[in-house]
Amino acid sequence: MASPERDTAGHGGTPADGGGPGPRTSGRPRAATTWLLVLVAALIAVLPLLIGAGRHLAEPFAGADGQAEEAVGELAPDYRPWFAPLYEAPSGEIESGLFALQAAIGAGVIGYYFGAARTRHRLRPAAGGVRPGGGASPGAEAGPGTDRR
Amino acid sequence: MTTIHEVLESWSHNMHIAEGFLPPVHAVAWTVAAAPFVLHGARSVTLAVRADPDAKLLLGASGAFCFVLSALKIPSVTGSCSHPTGAGLGAILFRPPVMAALGTVTLLFQALLLAHGGLTTLGANVFSMAVVGPWVGYGGYRLVRRLTARLPETTALGFAVFAGAALASLSTYSVTSLQLALAFPDAGSGVLGAFAKFGAIFSITQIPLAVIEGLVTVVIVRLLSTVARDELLRLAVLRSAAGGSAAPAGGRAV
Repeated sequence: MASPERDTAGHGGTPADGGGPGPRTSGRPRAATTWLLVLVAALIAVLPLLIGAGRHLAEPFAGADGQAEEAVGELAPDYRPWFAPLYEAPSGEIESGLFALQAAIGAGVIGYYFGAARTRHRLRPAAGGVRPGGGASPGAEAGPGTDRR
Repeated sequence: MTTIHEVLESWSHNMHIAEGFLPPVHAVAWTVAAAPFVLHGARSVTLAVRADPDAKLLLGASGAFCFVLSALKIPSVTGSCSHPTGAGLGAILFRPPVMAALGTVTLLFQALLLAHGGLTTLGANVFSMAVVGPWVGYGGYRLVRRLTARLPETTALGFAVFAGAALASLSTYSVTSLQLALAFPDAGSGVLGAFAKFGAIFSITQIPLAVIEGLVTVVIVRLLSTVARDELLRLAVLRSAAGGSAAPAGGRAV
């Protein structure tokens, strides 16, 4: 969460003094756009809460599995669910824990990927001018041997 | 049968069809329909990894993206919560078939551990989220990619990825609406009437979520095009520099 602040600081002051090394400064417009996208996504997610979109409901912002089951009972009164979940979390806490676990596993894999990709990207000697982060090439001196290709 | 609105209202909170909530005939039919796609998808994953072992990690990350987004319940303007699908990213990077396999893993996890979706409705949910969603999203991605060919590469890719991810999400819910309408047609207006009503309510809840999903997917692809540029070039997601379209991107950084 430090980098958006750094970005903002950079835009407030002179463009040159915020980001330290040259490559960081040159990548800024691109990074700023990315952070802007994140910000807009977060705003859209929070907006319903701010405007009180759930205020008219008895249980606002519910995840409505239970309600749905009741409702189908009303739509098709003779319909009976003919199969029950094999395992149902005994409480909302455990269920939310499992959801958190799911998100954590996914986020962990994604984080691992980006860590690995970034390292590979940094250790690779500058090959052509294709890469936008070309400024990282000084770091490539560290390990030409690690290049795979 | 007068309370269809309540049904619609509450179904719109939850994208997957709950366990046991499709009549057996429907459940079997959707399972049969989805099965070949999943088998083909599993084969596509194997082939993709064999063809490019370096892609294994990115493939895993695409599946993980689906895992994360499916777990995130996000409030929407209708006052309820729903979650995105995350199926668009993998479809764009590796083409849609792999998502049939990766999406099924996600749905299976949720059906078994979270009582979210279900085993009897797995076929229907796989068909909507892991088959139709990825293909529609991929189609939208390719279309926008072609239409924006003249824009700078980063911008064009961004628009196309946004369209692809958002459409994958929206089409998933459209298919879910259709599946529910087929199973629970409206007494008066039949399947079509039920579908229109399901669709109307779904779309209000899901459009903001689809926009969020589109934006987040664009962010991921932007990050990828920095740290995994070679991989995106290899997957032909990024156009090669030969056409000169990558030159502005490189020029901007220097």
